[in-house]
Order: sequence, then structure tokens, then C-alpha cells
Amino acid sequence: MNTAVIQRATRASRIGAIVGVLLVLAAISMPWWAERSSQRLAAEFLYTLALAQMWNLLAGYGGLLSVGQQAFIGLGGYSLVLFGLQAGINPFLIVPLAGLITGLIAVPTAAIVFRLRGAYFAVGTWVVAEVFRLLIANTTSLGGGSGTSITSTVIGIPAWWRESLTLWMALALGAGATLAVYLLLRSRHGLALTAVRDSEPAAESLGISVKRIKWFVYIASAVGCGMAGALIFITKLRIAPEAAFSIDWTATMFFVVVIGGIGTIEGPIVGTLVFFILRELLSDYGTWYMIILGSVAVAFMLWIPRGIWGLVGGRFDMHFFPVQRRLKLPEPQSNNKEE
Amino acid sequence: MGEWINTILQGLLLGGLYSLFATGLALSFGIMRMINIAHGDFAILAAFAAIAVVEPLGLDPFVVLLLIVPLMAGFGYVLQRIILNRTLGQDILPPLLVTFGMSIIIQNLLLVAFSADTRSLSVGELGIASVPLGGDVAVGVFPLIVMAVAVAVLGGLQWLFSATPLGRAFRAASDDREVAQLMGIDNRHIYGVAMAIAMGIVAIAGVFLAIRANINPTEGPARLLYAFEAVIIGGLGSLWGTLAGGVILGVAQTIGGKLDPGWGILAGHLAFLAVLVVKPNGLFPRTRER
Repeated sequence: MNTAVIQRATRASRIGAIVGVLLVLAAISMPWWAERSSQRLAAEFLYTLALAQMWNLLAGYGGLLSVGQQAFIGLGGYSLVLFGLQAGINPFLIVPLAGLITGLIAVPTAAIVFRLRGAYFAVGTWVVAEVFRLLIANTTSLGGGSGTSITSTVIGIPAWWRESLTLWMALALGAGATLAVYLLLRSRHGLALTAVRDSEPAAESLGISVKRIKWFVYIASAVGCGMAGALIFITKLRIAPEAAFSIDWTATMFFVVVIGGIGTIEGPIVGTLVFFILRELLSDYGTWYMIILGSVAVAFMLWIPRGIWGLVGGRFDMHFFPVQRRLKLPEPQSNNKEE
Repeated sequence: MGEWINTILQGLLLGGLYSLFATGLALSFGIMRMINIAHGDFAILAAFAAIAVVEPLGLDPFVVLLLIVPLMAGFGYVLQRIILNRTLGQDILPPLLVTFGMSIIIQNLLLVAFSADTRSLSVGELGIASVPLGGDVAVGVFPLIVMAVAVAVLGGLQWLFSATPLGRAFRAASDDREVAQLMGIDNRHIYGVAMAIAMGIVAIAGVFLAIRANINPTEGPARLLYAFEAVIIGGLGSLWGTLAGGVILGVAQTIGGKLDPGWGILAGHLAFLAVLVVKPNGLFPRTRER
């Protein structure tokens, strides 16, 4: 039978899958062979990756340029205060709980910010994040404006378990976010999402409910950021509204995704790597470090808007996470099969 | 009772300042269809530039405006021509991200140059002078001046838009870029001029803010949010709407702050969200956003 087949894997993706599994195994086993400082760095890398994937899903695929994802990071962090400090639940159990909470809060939030479009939506989400920050800063039972220590939530958990669980959860979030976005994009809904990214009117005319898909992406991203937020503040052990709802979180996501390559799954991974390398190299320069980061982001947007992965992956037609469908025709006569 | 009337009057006049912040933002929204995330930071930059001139030379802040406003306007023109024009197009990400990057750069450059200390500009007696309105009700002279300037700026823009060739070019470039270009309008130059005007107005706003209150290098984003809220409350495309939006925001903030010092800014944000829920297009919309 000579029929056309639809190819979804590439050689790079098969190699990528093997490398990915090896990397995940290496990360899982880190508590037995790595130093504590490198474990912490790995955890930080992984939760930054999770945040970047969430923002990429939102902005790169959903076309929703949020400048307010710090709202959900902060709310995730404050779940620790409410459920850990006050209700006494194990902080690591709060991480998924925080995702649920932020997802629920995102529903009414979406109803309000979706009244704004494009660039207006962006600033609107920022206002919402500020509202949450001010509400919490005015709530004395949550620590008020000066914040509170959450150390007592992790007391009683042995240090080894605390460090290891943090790393494993960060791994679950970082790798999980990457995998989730990948699987979503390969699914039927992924096809709809990419259509929305490329042209909203065209997608709408094909029967895709643009509104519903944007809503879904917004909630999903809120859940991811909420879980990451809870984990981040387990590692920091102290939370204050200024830090939890800081625009710096969104600045980091922006930077990572744009440098790496917006609208690709590989991009956030590459971007997170570049971000950590730059930070290691330049963190001694303090204020100038921020000025350099800002300049690099501006330069990328002006001259390399597709980011590093857009440049490299496009040049060599390399896809570690192939989401497209390629038609492979039999020789010599061909038979078209539509997807 | 007099106390509350005072509070509301203060809020009304604060609206003048917010309107000055919002006008520049509304111009770049309206004409270039871009949102300048660094808008507030440019105001703070202008204020610090004024402080840097006033302190060693001992000049009057109002005189310094004659220097700062053209300087910022020129800077705005060059910035638009060299950088921002390159980011304009169908995709809204590039202008958003480039101005976001600029916001971070400006804040940190100001931190390097002026440290994180709060600063302000002094206008001497004028800063505390007030006009009694009978009973225990009084309004400050300086806030009145700010409001008068805000109204004058809006009046000037109204005249510019409706009665001059430049204003016609602005409206044309705003309505349809391509067709405006076909009609012989040089969009790049028009956008540059629009940014120059926006930057000149926001420079006034920044200097007035530094006279009114203490400022520090990192408060630009907060100013951007107030300006944005005033624009959206007023309604997109409406010049005088920004004044109404600024006044509503100012009154909400002062009333909130009067009830509890921690609630002032929050009350402003909530007023904005309430308008968004009830009237998503703002109170006096003139154009439909695209």
C-alpha cells in the first residue's frame, strides 16, 4: 500500500527525547551526588523555566501580552502564609493547592482584564497585580506591608528532604510545564492555538472559539505561575508584598522568552540558560547588571525579534519539540492526505 | 463637612496632574497605536534632570521648565525616529517590550546617578500658599496652577488637532497609516513630532510632580499606571476625557486615602476596574480601538 504518511517526529526530536530523559534522571538523582548549592541553582533554573514556559504559552501562542503574571506568583506565595503558616498544611502539599487557588482567582480576573485588548490588556493585567499587592499589604493578618517569615512552615521537615523535595518539585514544574505546553500544542487544541497566534480573524472564521482558547490559556498560565510562586517562596522562607508581586518576575519572563525565541518551546529553555549565564557573569555589577539586561532585551527585539532559537532552529530546520505535521509522500506516485 | 469638601477639592485638582501624565500617553496611543511602558519613567527622568539643573544653579523650577521641556521634546523626536518607529507594525509585542526595556534602563541609570534617596523641587512660598474659599475650605495655589496648565495643554492640543495642518496629519496617520502615507504624509516624521509633544507634556508633569511630592528613581511605573487608568476611564481617543479620567482617579485616591492611608492608591485602582466593568470603553469614548 502506497499511502502518504504524516510525520510528526524528527531526528532531532528523537535525540532530544533521549537527552531530555537523561537530563530529568540526572536532576532527580541530584540529591545523592550534587552539592546543596548546585541543587539550589538547579531548582531556581527549573522554576524560572516553568515561569518562562507559562509566559510563552500566554504571549507567544495565546497572543495575550500579560505584564501582570506577578499577580499569580504573589498569590501562590501567599497561599503558603494562609495554608501553611495559619492552617498548618505541609508546604509541599500547598504547591498544587496554590495552583488550584490561583486558577480559581484567575476566572473573575479574566472576566475583567479581557475587556481590554492588546497593549491595553497588558497594562490592565499590571493594574490587577497591583490591586492584589495592595490588598495583601493592607491585610495585617497576612503580614501586612512588611511581610512575614514562613520559616515555621518547613520546621520539622529534615533538611535533606526539604532540599530534595524542593528540587523535585521544581523539576516537576519546569519539565512538566515544558511537556504540558508541548502536548497541548500537538493536540487538536494546539492546532487551534497556533491558528489563533497566526491570525485571530482567520481562526475565528474556521470555527475556533478564540475567546474560549484565550481564556483557557490565561487560566492555565495562572495555575502554573501560582504553583511556581508557592515553590519560590518555600525556598526564600520570607515573603513580603513588594517582593511577591514585583514586576521583576514578569521582566525575567519577558527577557528569557524574547532572548530564547518567543512562540517556540525550545526558546524558553535556551533563554533560561542565557539568563543564568549572564547573571553568573554580571551579578557583581549590581545596578549596571539590570541596565545591561534591559539593553540586551531591547537589542534583541530590534534586531533579532525571533530570538536565539528562532535564528538557530530556523537556520538548520531543527525541532526538538516538533509540533508541526509534515506530509511524507510515497515514491513515485503520490497520494495526498489532508490533515 | 469642610474637611470632606477639602478632600474632594484636593482630589479634583490632583486630577489636573494626572491629566498631564495621561495626555502624553493618550497621544501615543491615539496616533502611533503604541503604548509606551516607559512613559512614567520619562516623567521621572525629566524631574531628575530639572533637579540636577535647579540645585547647582539655584534657578526657579518654572524657569527650568523652559529648558527641560524642549530638551525632552527633542529627545522624544530622536527616540521615535531612531528606535520606536522600527518597532511599529501589526505585532504589538515589539513596542511594548522595547519600552519595557527602556523603563528598566532609565530606572537603573537614575539609581546610578541619583541614588535611591527621595528628592523634590522647591518653589518656596508658592508651594504652601492657599486660597481660602470661606469657612474652613481652601485650595492650594500650586494645585490650581497645575490644573490651569493641564486645561491649557488640552485646549492647545484641541486647537492643534482641529485647526492646523499638523493636526490633520496626526488624525490621518492615526486613522490609516498606509493611506496617510499615500497622501504624501511622512509618517515617520509625524510620529516623531507626536512623541516630541507627548514627551514635552510628560516633562511638565514630571517637574510638577517633583514640586508637589517627593520622588525617587523607581516610581515611574506607578505613574504609568495612573496615566493609563485616566486614559481608559476617560475613554479612548477623547482628549478631554483624560481630564475627566484624571479627576475621577484623583478624587478616588484622595477619598480612599482619607478613609485609611493605606487605601488611597488601591481606591484609585478599584475605581478604574469598576469603570472597566460598567463601561469597558470608558466614559467618553471617541474612537473604537482596533
